[in-house]
Amino acid sequence: MDELRVLVVDDELGIRMAIAKALRGAVVEVPEFNSSFALTVESAESAEDALDMIHQAAPDILLLDQKLPGMSGIELVEKMASESISVLTIMITAYASLETAVAATRSGAFDFLAKPFTPYELRACLFKAAKHIVLQRQAMKLVAERKRVRFEFLSVVAHELKSPTAAVEGYLMMMKDRVMGDQLDDYNDVVDRAIFRLSGMHKLIADLLDLTRIESGHKRREVTEVDLMRVAEMSAEAGRERGAPRGITVNVASDGPTTMVADAGEIELILNNFVSNAVKYNRDAGNVDVTIGRRDDGMMHITVKDTGIGMKPDDVKRLFGEFVRIKNEKTRRIEGSGLGLSIVKKLVDMYAGHVDVSSEWEVGSTFHVVLKDADPADPGEGDSQPSNTAKPAN
Amino acid sequence: METTCEKVRKMSEQKVSATGKTILLVDDDVDFLDITESRLKKDGFAVVRCEGQVAAEEYLNGDAHFDLAVVDLMMEFMDSGFVVSRKIKKAFPGTPVIMATGVERETGLGFSATTKEERSWIQADAMLEKPLRYDQLKKQIDMLLPAE
Repeated sequence: MDELRVLVVDDELGIRMAIAKALRGAVVEVPEFNSSFALTVESAESAEDALDMIHQAAPDILLLDQKLPGMSGIELVEKMASESISVLTIMITAYASLETAVAATRSGAFDFLAKPFTPYELRACLFKAAKHIVLQRQAMKLVAERKRVRFEFLSVVAHELKSPTAAVEGYLMMMKDRVMGDQLDDYNDVVDRAIFRLSGMHKLIADLLDLTRIESGHKRREVTEVDLMRVAEMSAEAGRERGAPRGITVNVASDGPTTMVADAGEIELILNNFVSNAVKYNRDAGNVDVTIGRRDDGMMHITVKDTGIGMKPDDVKRLFGEFVRIKNEKTRRIEGSGLGLSIVKKLVDMYAGHVDVSSEWEVGSTFHVVLKDADPADPGEGDSQPSNTAKPAN
Repeated sequence: METTCEKVRKMSEQKVSATGKTILLVDDDVDFLDITESRLKKDGFAVVRCEGQVAAEEYLNGDAHFDLAVVDLMMEFMDSGFVVSRKIKKAFPGTPVIMATGVERETGLGFSATTKEERSWIQADAMLEKPLRYDQLKKQIDMLLPAE
């Protein structure tokens, strides 16, 4: 259990002892964050002594009498402010009046406690302060965590863009320096390779934009009845085009009703990612089988099965992370942004669904997606704009 | 279809090793291998290329002949380059090794091979930041392999 240190500053011994007694063994629970704090109490009889103690180790909460011999409570708060020392302060005032309350908060105090107070009032006041501290710390932690995640993401993006840029630059420099002579035809492979790396970069940028739109919630959802067979046929057609040079076939079939309430664009992204992966990570002359249908559980099931290179169990576990690319001798020459499946995962979450993968190395992989119908009135989470989608009249 | 490197190999056969020196390139980045191989050959070096740690270890266990190695740090594993350069230094103690790495930006860890102590555990004669520019690499090679 963590500890919150309370420093009591009052010139009356009786008050100091009463406060120490009332807080002995007190524990503040903050169920929102599943944490609890023990209060420990120290005391000082003057503002000067308190300042010395604060200089040595600042407490978490200061319980400060307004009227003190020598430096007053308010002067101490001002002194701390001038030294940029920030301690949550509760002012102990002589009378419960609006004036003293205003004076106390104006001087920078978080709250005030009017004498005489009961042990119950004291504890309630301190618990409120402790909770405030915990929430503040938690908020700071969240900000720091978000900063860290954003930084990490940006450095990976930078790296992923750096390597194709370096390759294209290298190829262009080869041409500039006529490394292979003056005949343009001799550079055909160099040009093809540079175009290949540039198209990979293009795909990465497109994927990044998709991901940002989904995550920010700015993508407006158009939720209607969608026939998944029609969407799947489009994805399959794109897959066939890519797979044709390698003799890969793509088949779409249904094993139940195929319409669901969804955003057609989102379904297309999901299917495109799975079908294009199934083609990319396939063997030559392999097959891709897409099966779609609503089952007895009321959910829409999509299965994409390939006869491709498959994955090892350890790789399957990491598969849905951002920028995860399975590196082995079979995937080395396959281009990918490493974002496709993390995009799919986020979309599937929007349909309260899930994805299962079964895979066998050198045999193939099967991705099984389960989706629930979207709420027809849902304009997309995080969308602060008023919705144009009218709720159906009851 | 002829690959770029095959074409380059053919083209430069007549002038292979005008310097009489052979460079070993170890990297899992095919583009880097293609580009660097063709440029080194144009500058009169013979080139042996290995696509990754496993290929490099196979080559080193066999009948290996080279005068300098350029080794990428992160290949199949995070420390592939360290493993390969250690093996090179053990089998060919006097042969210079240049390590190429983007590790500093990727992980925030800093490596260098500037002091004698660093060179003793990193087992490389120079570290170069990726992406490697050919002119920088060439300069480093010329420093480590002075013309006789």
